[in-house]
Amino acid sequence: MDNLRVCLLALLSHWRRHPLQFFSILVGLWLATTLWTGVQALNSQARSDYARASAVLAGPAQVQLIPRRGERIPQSAYIGLRRAGWPVSPLLEGRLRFAGEPPISVQLLGIEPLTLPAGLQVAGQSSERLDLASFLGEPGQAWIAPDTLQRLGLQAGDVALTLDGQRLPPLQLQAQLAPGVIVVDIGRAQALLHAPDQLSRLLLPGDFSAPALPPTLLDSLQLQPAADGDDLQRLTDSFHLNLTALGLLAFIVGLFIVHAAIGLALEQRRGLLRTLRACGVSLATLLGTLGLELGLLALLGGLAGVASGYLLASLLLPDVAASLRGLYGAEVAGQLSLSPLWWLTGLAISLLGALLAGASSLLRAARLPLLALAQPQAWRVAQGIWLKRQALVACALLLVAVAVWRYGDSLLAGFALLASLLLAAALLLPALLDGSLALLARLCRGPLSEWFVADSRQQLPALSLALMALLLALAASVGVGSMTEGFRQTFSGWLDQRLAAELYLAPRDGDQANAVIGWLEDQPGVEAILPQRRVELRLQGRPAQLQGIVDHPTYRQHWPLLEAQANAWDKLAAGQGVMLSEQLARHLRITLDATLQLPSETGVQQLPVVALYADYGNPKGHMLVNVDWLRQHWSQAPISNISLRVAPEQVASLKSALEQRFVLEGARLIDQQGLKSWSTQIFERTFAATAALNSLTLGVAGVALFISLLTLGQSRLSQLAPLWALGLSRPRLAWLSLAQTLMLSSLTVLLAMPLGLLLAWCLVAVVNVQAFGWRLPLHVFPVQLLQLALLGLLTSLLAAAGPLWQLARQSPADLLRQFADER
Amino acid sequence: MNAKACWLLSLTLLLGACEETTPTPQGFAGLGQASDAFLAVTPQRTLQFPADHGAHSGYRIEWWYVTANLTDEQGRDWGAQWTLFRSALRPGADQAGWYSPNLWMGHAGLSGPFGHQVAETLARGGVGQAGVEAQPFHAWIDDWSLRSTHGSGLDHLQMQARGEGFAYHLQLDSEGPLVLHGKQGYSEKSGQGQASYYYSQPFYRVSGEIERDGQRYRVSGQAWLDREWSSQPLAAQQQGWDWFSLHLQGGAKLMLFQVRQADGEPYRAGTWIAADGQTRALSAEQIHLTPLHWSNQQTGRKVPTQWRVEVPTYQLSVEVQAIETQAWMTTRFPYWEGPVRLSGSHQGRGYLEMTGY
Repeated sequence: MDNLRVCLLALLSHWRRHPLQFFSILVGLWLATTLWTGVQALNSQARSDYARASAVLAGPAQVQLIPRRGERIPQSAYIGLRRAGWPVSPLLEGRLRFAGEPPISVQLLGIEPLTLPAGLQVAGQSSERLDLASFLGEPGQAWIAPDTLQRLGLQAGDVALTLDGQRLPPLQLQAQLAPGVIVVDIGRAQALLHAPDQLSRLLLPGDFSAPALPPTLLDSLQLQPAADGDDLQRLTDSFHLNLTALGLLAFIVGLFIVHAAIGLALEQRRGLLRTLRACGVSLATLLGTLGLELGLLALLGGLAGVASGYLLASLLLPDVAASLRGLYGAEVAGQLSLSPLWWLTGLAISLLGALLAGASSLLRAARLPLLALAQPQAWRVAQGIWLKRQALVACALLLVAVAVWRYGDSLLAGFALLASLLLAAALLLPALLDGSLALLARLCRGPLSEWFVADSRQQLPALSLALMALLLALAASVGVGSMTEGFRQTFSGWLDQRLAAELYLAPRDGDQANAVIGWLEDQPGVEAILPQRRVELRLQGRPAQLQGIVDHPTYRQHWPLLEAQANAWDKLAAGQGVMLSEQLARHLRITLDATLQLPSETGVQQLPVVALYADYGNPKGHMLVNVDWLRQHWSQAPISNISLRVAPEQVASLKSALEQRFVLEGARLIDQQGLKSWSTQIFERTFAATAALNSLTLGVAGVALFISLLTLGQSRLSQLAPLWALGLSRPRLAWLSLAQTLMLSSLTVLLAMPLGLLLAWCLVAVVNVQAFGWRLPLHVFPVQLLQLALLGLLTSLLAAAGPLWQLARQSPADLLRQFADER
Repeated sequence: MNAKACWLLSLTLLLGACEETTPTPQGFAGLGQASDAFLAVTPQRTLQFPADHGAHSGYRIEWWYVTANLTDEQGRDWGAQWTLFRSALRPGADQAGWYSPNLWMGHAGLSGPFGHQVAETLARGGVGQAGVEAQPFHAWIDDWSLRSTHGSGLDHLQMQARGEGFAYHLQLDSEGPLVLHGKQGYSEKSGQGQASYYYSQPFYRVSGEIERDGQRYRVSGQAWLDREWSSQPLAAQQQGWDWFSLHLQGGAKLMLFQVRQADGEPYRAGTWIAADGQTRALSAEQIHLTPLHWSNQQTGRKVPTQWRVEVPTYQLSVEVQAIETQAWMTTRFPYWEGPVRLSGSHQGRGYLEMTGY
């Protein structure tokens, strides 16, 4: 025990003399843990919110009766079913709007607590245990989650007022409730939503085996079985996997720093280790002490990392929440609430990372020959062997990458491809740089230039890890940047083309749709009314929408098709074909000309696939058919949307007339411009988190380079002192060193560009296809590349500046001392 | 009679009591206290039929309670219970729609050679899911109903209910008059003025069908209907009660109850009903009730399932034995309710209810 203490003290004394190394290890662990835990925080927050959302009865996991037409069921149907012995429980849904800029829209859920299916959880508590007297009595309660309460700027117990001046019962906090939802008694919901005697759905117990519906209700209700699994979870999986991959990348880059710093520290302590062994400290004790030291560092770095990871996540969460809401309709809270487990996992990850990064150093310490001289050069020589091994591993990884690309068929395989590609490139980097320098050496004439190249080669092993980090970060930036920019161009071009109608309208129900259409027919300036009917289906376990459209030039001219048969639109109009969204076709593994089977009310229908189109941003599958054909097979398919072609000068007046006449709030009536900017906004926010993580990763690489150069600077005096003695001035030496660093990083940046483009290709052609189901064309943006290259060089320039500034100001005495100390 | 679970019903619904909560004297205190603006039960009121068969807005609690002693074709004993409780969240007249103050609760029980089964259902008032109409009489909740088939008042009723794995469909025909308990229907529940309005129809002949686990049985027998409503039925220190409705051989009926008090002697009362429907109210000193044997219930509670019942005035001394000792009602507020057989000075069958154990 005493041994251990002395040993630990001796080892720790190193850090007192080299505080910079100490901080580099700490910073590396800190940054790695920050980025990783930050991303994990975002993911786990979103996932727990999905769970809360499905716990609020809104989820499709419940067996239920839903209206065949429109959105509502008359209350008499509920009473009728109860009196016939059906254990149904009524539910009314709607939206309330509250003051805010823009107005805050919250889902209102009216429940009937006495009849809720047994065992059903409402806001985390079983329905048998509700405080009925307070919920049903006067003044009643409106349940709300803490985050929603905060969004409304209210306190528990407050009485909320809607935009149209209605009073809710006093707000009651329910920590387990889903965000964006208010739960009240069904009677109050009917009053608040102006829906007397109206219901949205009827819930049934999960184990209820339903008999046939009474004939009088067969027309208006349909039984919807519980959906298998959680759609939301599945739909958003790829989004979270993307985030995870980015977090992992940042984590690895951070570990590079740790690895570099620990390796260097070990190298500098070889003498010390040998002395300790010679004094009788056993190998086990020594290794134990080194491990303990590493653990302490990891704990410190991990604590700091978890704390700032939390901060990072809370900064990014609003963007992530907004894009999840926009893309998938998933409500995610605007604030974090994480379990203790998350904090512990963060620390564990930090420990694991430190162990990974320090493993090779510990291994080397274990193999340290007891009586060998401490020779820094020996390490360098050994690096030569390492270089070859690394190159071999890199080649093996490249083979893996090719194999995965050729045979892999999942998102995970896509990421495996990315990972092996990046790792291979990183491992190859030192060999490539060494090779290029060797090539350069042959061209050199004159002692100084030969020294310049030879010395650069000698620096390479120490710098290679930092350069690898730079390569990875830069390549990731190029790849993700190209993909994002390419997607932006493709997406906005697609939006411009696809959004051809001037006004888009989503009627509340079939009656309103008919009323709107009837009224519109008499309006001047309306050039075309294009009603669309929609049916929600499940194809191979995934949700899909079947949309029926009328035959109109608007579609023929503006609906962009990726692939199509000849006369595809004619076939569609004749009800002899179906068009599929790209992602649905991929999911179903169906290509053009194949036959699609659709389970309809009148039996399974077969239609040839006559075209494929892009449907960016839609997590559900999408299909187009002729509306008459749709009605033949789904007689009750409701009108879901109406697109209007209107003379441009009439748009504003028609919109306000529609709003007033049919009380079409916010999202139900939107003009082309509004829809475009809404879609673009979602898009921007989706990639905001990605971009932020990406630039952070680049920053981490910069820090890695800075730390490597700084540590290197101290050991390089012995190389530079002879040159100084030969008559080179100190500033000249500093400039030469800067040139060396810039040469190495330029070569790295140069290699990062093609690697980045390869990465971009992998993202658009492999990862995106697997994650979202769409394939984008690969765009190359030279200006963006140039910017990133300059950014990379600037990063290394900044990283080099500090150490060189020190070198330039080194006192001649220090340089002289190098000769005195030489062994 | 069924001074029962009902009184607890309001507790159940108001305080959200659950099975794990043992009712305590403190728990009852809420009921024993002020009845706010609910209508008070007074001796002056004369019961009016058929109007009083219906629901009484303004009173806090009320129930329609039928227990039937049945025999199948193989001579085996069965018991069926049909209960509808009404509980008002606040005083005042009923109103249509979800804002109705009334909550309804139905309990159904079936005891027989294969054990005891229970069902429970809840409903809000005002929307038609549950309710009671006086003329023609119809009480219902979901698909359970107690409905007049012909004739007037409660004379001929059809009674049906079902639960998990059981159902019954019974026809009840009365062979005697309605019976008013206490003083012309004013029934005291303690020495301190707690009271309810209470009348019965104990003279039903029953025939019909019961179904258990897919098997159907033709049954016949006797049934007893209780009607009771009140606003503040229990004194603060009262713990629970034991209630007997007994069909004696020869046509006489006997209703007895005791309210157990925390501070000593239970409050007892009863009604002797002659075969022709003539009644005599029984006072506490005329009634002797002694538990003889206790049974463990599935929830771990012990209740007396064998009693000695004595009414010396009518030379009655019988042992009352539960036919199925495990007749625990696993409802939101749990209690014991099941058919009994009597032996001793008189033979017969009946029902026993025990709460607060």
